[in-house]
Amino acid sequence: MAQVALRNIVKTFDRTPAVQGIDLDISDREFIVLVGPSGCGKSTTLRMIAGLEEATSGEIYIGDQLVNDVPPKDRDIAMVFQNYALYPHMTVFENMSFGLRLKRFPKPEIRERVQAAARILDITDLLDRRPKQLSGGQRQRVAMGRAIVRNPKVFLFDEPLSNLDAKLRVQMRTEIKKIHQKVTTTTVYVTHDQVEAMTLADRVVIMNAGRIDQIGTPHEVYHTPKTQFVAAFIGSPTMNMLPCRLVENGSGLTIRLSDWLSFPMPPSLADRFRTRVGTELTFGLRPEHIIEGRGEVPPGAAAFEARLDVVEPMGMETMVYFIVDGVEVCGRVNPAAAGRAGEAMRLVADLNQMHLIDPRTELVI
Amino acid sequence: MTTTTAEATAGQLGRVRYGSISRGRRRALFWSYFFLILFVIFFLTPPVYMFITSLKSSAEISAATNPWWVYHPTLSNYIDLLTQNQFLIFFRNSAIVSICVVSITMVVSIFAAFALARMRFWGSATLATGVFLTYLIPESLLFIPLFKTFAYIHDKTGIELINHWWVLIILYPTLTVPFATWLMIGYFSSIPKELDEAALIDGAGYIQMLTRIFIPVAIPGIIAAMIFTFTVSWANFLYPLAFTTSADQLVLPVGIVTTLIRGDVYAWGQIMTGALLGAAPPLIIYAFLMDYYISGLTAGATKG
Repeated sequence: MAQVALRNIVKTFDRTPAVQGIDLDISDREFIVLVGPSGCGKSTTLRMIAGLEEATSGEIYIGDQLVNDVPPKDRDIAMVFQNYALYPHMTVFENMSFGLRLKRFPKPEIRERVQAAARILDITDLLDRRPKQLSGGQRQRVAMGRAIVRNPKVFLFDEPLSNLDAKLRVQMRTEIKKIHQKVTTTTVYVTHDQVEAMTLADRVVIMNAGRIDQIGTPHEVYHTPKTQFVAAFIGSPTMNMLPCRLVENGSGLTIRLSDWLSFPMPPSLADRFRTRVGTELTFGLRPEHIIEGRGEVPPGAAAFEARLDVVEPMGMETMVYFIVDGVEVCGRVNPAAAGRAGEAMRLVADLNQMHLIDPRTELVI
Repeated sequence: MTTTTAEATAGQLGRVRYGSISRGRRRALFWSYFFLILFVIFFLTPPVYMFITSLKSSAEISAATNPWWVYHPTLSNYIDLLTQNQFLIFFRNSAIVSICVVSITMVVSIFAAFALARMRFWGSATLATGVFLTYLIPESLLFIPLFKTFAYIHDKTGIELINHWWVLIILYPTLTVPFATWLMIGYFSSIPKELDEAALIDGAGYIQMLTRIFIPVAIPGIIAAMIFTFTVSWANFLYPLAFTTSADQLVLPVGIVTTLIRGDVYAWGQIMTGALLGAAPPLIIYAFLMDYYISGLTAGATKG
């Protein structure tokens, strides 16, 4: 059990910067997910915590110990790799006990620990098999078992689910969450899948081009993104982003998106954005905040008509797409209310949920 | 409209010959067997001829009878050879040389290959290429400078290296180590990087990583390198011919030729028997180790 701290971590590979100054505090028993597109430095950060890469500068603490110069085996961490990295010539039992055997644990204790981990993972009847006799999901469990038996200070997961098929991935995701609830070890988990990040994390760390864009609970990063990147990265389908201009309209403000589409700024927000009148901004609104318009429009929302371009029924809901000045905008409507492609449909935008982004700094205002 | 299309497709499907795949396969198999049989005839004729001749007496060999048939089979060649002290000495020399060379080569090349394949250090890539380039130098060019070197050592230190069978233990690794190392580098490089990282995190040092992960996983490659090394040191002819001359210092290939050919008299029966007996150990070893080749020990390490 331990907290992990990164202080201004920088990593450059042959002068190519991979990680450009990261500060991160992970508290004891926390489940942290590093998420971002490929090449954002999330795996490199994880590998630096593991000790598989050396930080170019900065400090890494595990517990209270500065571990920059501590080799991986003495950091008391366990890692699960994307391709499982099971030892092919060993049985499941031998794979899981390898670390303990190297540390010369007494045999009865090794057996006990492996059995306990196998029970948690539901692989007790696989202990005599070799990795090649196992399915992908089973191999993944063994890889996790190898981590659990060590009873380390920190678990590190490097995209552990990306080699599994879609259905198994969802299943193993739940499994990992359950295991963390049972084992409650500090966990750092790397993924490029924002759904995994949202579902697993106590806190999500969103990385972009070697820097941290935002750290927050899944709720925070979803509802109050700090940058345009976070706003676009988290959520599926992605947030609609449109260039806009704020126009003064008597005592209130109007958001002008196009010649045919303008929204009144909800009065509660108007004061916050008054200084931005006249500048070019980016308007962001999630698809679920553009819904079918029926009956009375609630306060802070605005109704409008749009000609539907594409309609995608998903069963539980229907995605409707329309074009605003060449940009495709998505709305999420009740299937019963959805119009047909080519027809006009009355929609309601909930402007209380909107975000305005400064396109020069790419920060959410 | 839709119905007609459906019918047309169904009609076409009906005309498809389902046997065509197996017919193609049969033809492929026919040619495979044709060339395999050709190959077998080509490569098995010499040993079969050796075997037939080894069962004949000298009189029958020189008689103008069918060379592919034994009319009066005899084991006298085998008995003569195996009761001859000389032949057993050749055999012993060959065996000790080969076992020592295989051991030395494997130790050196496994450590070298592990270092070159996995421990990134300054110049490791150049060194790996260099190792292979040394293998490309023909042995027939190497033995003259080696001979000179030994003569020089003798002049300076008084240690006589020439005309001792054990000098081959020093000589053969110059041929086997580069190739075995190069082979092992290739094998070690094919082991996924995550496997050593997992071992590193599990608490293994470099030596443990090598002995507990790399060597077991690379067993098929190690066996291949061993077979190669054994073949080179068992069958090499040029080096023992050049470096050893006394009858009791000879190894099998040279021993058979120098002692069983006296002037222009060829003891064909014994030569063939000696060659056959000499070829037996590699054959037995290959047959025993072949299983390791086939068993896919490395499968399933990572997502396959």
